[in-house]
Amino acid sequence: MAKTALQFLHNGRDVAIFVDGGTNLLVALRELIGDMTPKFGCGQGGCGTCSVLIDGELHLSCLTLAETVAGRSVETLDGIKNGPNLHPLQRAFADNFAAQCGYCTPGMLMAAKALLDRNPQPSRAEVVEAISGNICRCTGYEPIINAVLAAASGGRARA
Amino acid sequence: MPVTVKTFTSSHDAAAALSSDRSARYLGGGTLVMRALNEGDISISTIVRASDHAMTRIDASGSRITLGAGVTFARILAERDLAFLHGPARSIGGPAVRNMGTVGGNLFAPVPYGDFTVAMLALDAMVSVQGGLGGREIPIDEFLQSRDRQTGTLVLAISFAKPGSTDAFRYRKIARIKPKGGAVITLAAHLPLNGGRIVGARVALGSMAPTPIRARAAERALEGRALDTSTISAAAAAAVEGTSPGDNALASAWYRREIVGVHLKRLLSGQE
Repeated sequence: MAKTALQFLHNGRDVAIFVDGGTNLLVALRELIGDMTPKFGCGQGGCGTCSVLIDGELHLSCLTLAETVAGRSVETLDGIKNGPNLHPLQRAFADNFAAQCGYCTPGMLMAAKALLDRNPQPSRAEVVEAISGNICRCTGYEPIINAVLAAASGGRARA
Repeated sequence: MPVTVKTFTSSHDAAAALSSDRSARYLGGGTLVMRALNEGDISISTIVRASDHAMTRIDASGSRITLGAGVTFARILAERDLAFLHGPARSIGGPAVRNMGTVGGNLFAPVPYGDFTVAMLALDAMVSVQGGLGGREIPIDEFLQSRDRQTGTLVLAISFAKPGSTDAFRYRKIARIKPKGGAVITLAAHLPLNGGRIVGARVALGSMAPTPIRARAAERALEGRALDTSTISAAAAAAVEGTSPGDNALASAWYRREIVGVHLKRLLSGQE
């Protein structure tokens, strides 16, 4: 079966790949582009570890048909650090012990980034809602919620 | 297994492609069809898409509201005129699922999903479909009864009358995981009042049958009466009539039958 040419912005960089019909964005990112930061968890939309931003909006890459991102901007965890410097959310996750096994962390960080990009000073309830589509089986969520709130208040202190 | 992807600019052409191929499925937000592909569903060999802007339109300015089938739950939450639907929209998924999942796709969502459709059923919505033989409007309960045979038709939009007052429409989803989780049961009621009496009562239930259903016995108990304690008790007692829930990991059929009256009573008496 013929492959389809696909061009989009991956973390601000133009990429062009050929995909099989029905390929999901997660497979395209991991196997065709080599960006291993989004993870495969359930393939059903239940766990959130494949979360990426498409045109700034949180989406599940495993449930996104790769062809639908043609010409759009896809942001993954791989793109949020600034050179050798961690993103404030990554720093806050490390400082607050918000990652244990780390498998949910890429999705958690992207869900948190989607929230803070839109709402830089969220309430605790808003953080809980923002990460409600992401499952973590290690931390019990509290360190993650605290990390997102810390990153948000850290941003305010610097401003 | 690779599938063929066909994208059309007009919904009319997409509908023709969908109706001419039994193994074709329409891709909306992806939360159902991509999931099926990820799980290795070999019955799908063609994906049909439409980039028709009409399918993502919201018309909420008048007394009759029309939602394009491609409208996402996130967009409903951003629409002030649709505040009465924010409860059902927010009860679905996490933010990513709400950014992707659509009103049209929700009509096809199996138990324990399809919460928005329960709200649509209580509002007596009309489903606008485009089939191989042309377009038509189908009452939502009729659509749901024949849902298994509707995969070859393209849902274009869903429309319904806006409830007369904020109190007339009520919604409740019972889930074990909060704020996100599949439904144990879902309830929606539309109770228009005329001179203090309910006229045109609608009660819809999710996860109480293979598709969302009307609780007609409960509706009969409410019709023409004031919403007082005895009416509410009568409706609650009748809630389970005609239901056929199944067992799943969230709850057993027995449990669902036990609690549906309890939650209908809470919904009707305005308890949290």
